Amino acid sequence: MSGEASKNISNAVLWGGGRSPLSASYGKLMIWFFLVSDALTFSGLLAAYGFARHSLGPGMEWPIGEIVFSSFPGLSGTYPLMYVALMTFILIISSVTMVLAVEAGHRMDKKGVVKWLFLTVIGGVFFLSSQAFEWAHFIHGSHARVTLADGRTAYLVDHLDHSKEIDPATFAMTIGSTHSEEVVRGPEAYKLYQSAISVVSGANMTENEYGPTSYANFFFFITGFHGFHVTTGVVLNIIVLTMVIKGVFQRRGHYEMVEKAGLYWHFVDLVWVFVFTFFYLV
Amino acid sequence: MERDDIIEYSLDAGHSEEQGRVIRKKILFVTILLSVITSVEVLLGVFWMDWMPNAWHWVKWVFIVLTMVKAAYIVMTFMHLGDERRNVRSMILIPYVLFLMYIAFILIWEATYIHEVLKVFL
Repeated sequence: MSGEASKNISNAVLWGGGRSPLSASYGKLMIWFFLVSDALTFSGLLAAYGFARHSLGPGMEWPIGEIVFSSFPGLSGTYPLMYVALMTFILIISSVTMVLAVEAGHRMDKKGVVKWLFLTVIGGVFFLSSQAFEWAHFIHGSHARVTLADGRTAYLVDHLDHSKEIDPATFAMTIGSTHSEEVVRGPEAYKLYQSAISVVSGANMTENEYGPTSYANFFFFITGFHGFHVTTGVVLNIIVLTMVIKGVFQRRGHYEMVEKAGLYWHFVDLVWVFVFTFFYLV
Repeated sequence: MERDDIIEYSLDAGHSEEQGRVIRKKILFVTILLSVITSVEVLLGVFWMDWMPNAWHWVKWVFIVLTMVKAAYIVMTFMHLGDERRNVRSMILIPYVLFLMYIAFILIWEATYIHEVLKVFL
């Protein structure tokens, strides 16, 4: 006992000891508190995203996920949402391997923990590389947006390759949107293109070919912030994995550190579930 | 240095081989469920326009409800919040939900003012 109470309190109103009311260790509670605050940050970001989306003025259109994200690395053609679905699946599976590592830790099975934790790290690295691809593709763009002299909006049918000169014979643009039925082709289309007011290709912080500026800004910030969390998670998992291999937790008598790193990793997966829904699907 | 979390943790620390088998079965079930839900979401996202072009309002809510189901399974099973004591569960979930309701409330209540401020960036 530290210190002496100046007033006696009867045992009837004090917690009488025995089983702890929370039955969770200090470290586990603290990681939970951190995750709650972090979840609120992401909720705020997604709420702001929804707000920006619903406060667009008339005549402005929010981009559609399955049209913007429709490329697959190594393949040409369009595969709407397929790559991001694969990314989501990989992240869910890495969450499963993490929970299996925690389960192996509860049985003091060091070999099992090493195996599952290693697979989790692999999944995380794969997800990060995929996100790098998504970003590169998003920044590079696919169908440049052209504002024609008469004020209409047109989109290039083929990719705009800055290293090659455009061949007017095969040049084509869709009018209104990327999936519009109205198409202009050939030299006539090329003439319209040359007299255009502006051509926006890809995305940066001030303009993008997909839609309003805030669309790309929210994309960069929210998926970037999530990617930063994944990076941190991978680093944490590697540190914990090294400690497991060195036998630190076997000597300590329990694998709670794996559980705490696991909570963070599941949270990263949880956030992605929401980002996936609100950025790519809805 | 004496560690004070070891004794307390040992209350709920490990489990036996037998319990492990049951837990792994549950993990497998949740894995399959999450994969199926994700597949349904992606297929709906790609094909809803061909299947039911006028049902966007419903499709949107299906996405949101499926996401909630996924989130609940991740938090309750993978993060073991369902296995914690009720005190811990309430301590985590109640403040979060209250703050979330506040964010939604303030965005709707102050919508006009926020829009005036945000307009510059849209």
